[in-house]
Amino acid sequence: MKAGQCVLCCSSLLSFGLNRLRLSKNAASVHIPSRRRRRISLRLTIVRGVRRSIRLQVAVSALAAVVGVSCGSGGTDSKAITVFAAASLSAAFTELGDAFEMEYPNAEVDFNFASSSSLVAQIIEGAPADVFASADTSNMAKLTDAGNNASTPTVFATNRAEIVVGAGNPMGITGVEDLANDDLIVVQCAPEVPCGRYAAQIFANAGVTVTPKSFEENVNAVVTKVTLGEADAGIVYRTDVLAVGTAADGVEIPTDINVIAEYPIAVTSDAPNSDGAEAFVAFVGSEQGQDILSSYGFLEP
Amino acid sequence: MTRQRRRRGRAALPLPVLALASVAVVFFALPLVGLVWRAPWSNAWQYLGDDDVLTALRLSMICSLWATGLSIVFGVPLAWLLARVEFPGRNVVRALCTLSMVLPPVVGGVALFFALGRRGIVGQYLDQWFDVTLPFTTAGVVVAQTFVAMPFLVITVEASLRQLDTRFEDASRTLGASRWYTFRRVTLPAIRPALAAGAVLAWARALGEFGATITFAGNFPGTTQTMPLAVYLSLETNPEEAIVLALLLMAISFAVLVGLRDRWFGRPDRAMSTVAA
Repeated sequence: MKAGQCVLCCSSLLSFGLNRLRLSKNAASVHIPSRRRRRISLRLTIVRGVRRSIRLQVAVSALAAVVGVSCGSGGTDSKAITVFAAASLSAAFTELGDAFEMEYPNAEVDFNFASSSSLVAQIIEGAPADVFASADTSNMAKLTDAGNNASTPTVFATNRAEIVVGAGNPMGITGVEDLANDDLIVVQCAPEVPCGRYAAQIFANAGVTVTPKSFEENVNAVVTKVTLGEADAGIVYRTDVLAVGTAADGVEIPTDINVIAEYPIAVTSDAPNSDGAEAFVAFVGSEQGQDILSSYGFLEP
Repeated sequence: MTRQRRRRGRAALPLPVLALASVAVVFFALPLVGLVWRAPWSNAWQYLGDDDVLTALRLSMICSLWATGLSIVFGVPLAWLLARVEFPGRNVVRALCTLSMVLPPVVGGVALFFALGRRGIVGQYLDQWFDVTLPFTTAGVVVAQTFVAMPFLVITVEASLRQLDTRFEDASRTLGASRWYTFRRVTLPAIRPALAAGAVLAWARALGEFGATITFAGNFPGTTQTMPLAVYLSLETNPEEAIVLALLLMAISFAVLVGLRDRWFGRPDRAMSTVAA
């Protein structure tokens, strides 16, 4: 509603300015045939170009001031909260956002889901984010190092790695050791992305040498290749296995060789809506927020 | 005479066209300038000398040339069929053969799985009978690149075939040349500029192909990791390296496009005169 008012006042101011311009042009051309009139008024425009541009500048800046005043006093709850979140959070955070909007009827949450590293790059390049939720601590550290964090990041959820296998586990995979079998088509994330680093660490912990057929660019690509039956197994998060339902099965990796992925969240330093951002971060940490996260397979920090 | 006409054409260029064209040039040049501006020139050689980079570059070149070759071998006959042969459902076939241009490449990769993957319509028999699996192999990269690149050649060549005056071919036939001889010695030389343009388009598309490749062929250094994949993944950890690699890929493409422009494309009027002679 506030936004509507704002557009209205903007447009009325604009049309007022245009009318004034039109009036001044009419005054300049009296009783001249239309063709010549256009030419003359063009010349007039050129002669008066400088003066008019100054007048226009004044008008525009005045307009901006008025609009700024009338629209800026709207209060924080009416502005959207822009949340940049890791792709693995997409399902859980979408539900979390809906619950947040139920809790705060005036609030609106917009999400941008992508790989954590892409999101960091976007924020550093000036994308207007209020909240950043990362799938690993190192990408969050990149943002902190760049001076783009307003608060100290807090870990709000953890995730475990799991072996994803075809539905019904057709290859009978029981653990990480089985993945060393060269007859199996194993895919994992590339070492450049967090799930790839975790996979390498798990293989090292288990003392097995696995030769994957492909280093995928993200965890979803690993899941897709297994659900399509093109790959026999892959290392993904337990939340990803849960998300695809019956299309794939998961084989748990014992805690002693597993890795715990930590998901930190923070309000960005250039947050256009820092009040809303803090409210959202608090909601993620609340009991309701944690319940939603655990229903998607995330574990408490 | 040709030269005179050209000069007059240049002088008569309408201003709005010139202005809009300039905007287009800036639009294309500006992102490139941005890359050059952000590139870490002091570290550039260090990134370029990396073995993985050279491997990816070599693989990119080999695969994209194979894809271009396959596009020519299968694409020119397809273009000829679409341009010259009237058959029911021709429009449907044409749309079908150019659909991969508009398909999101990742979806294209998944579609290739359904067709040629281990569980695919044809792929399962390739696997069972011949022990051939395309996913996660270099051949898979070529297949993915050909899938997205060939339409560019087909469309270009088909347009040229439609414009070609069939009387040249008719004359050749009345003089006793066989159909195959006419196709080789009359039709092909006449469409040479379009064929070259289409081949370059297809090659450029194959060289830059990312989505279908990483989906269908995966990403493994030395077998399926082409330059765009290497660039994308280095963007995750080392954006500086990614910029240098992207610039390298662009520089090579640029050199090839500029270098081949005059040699291959020729001028349509000259191509026609050789046919006439």
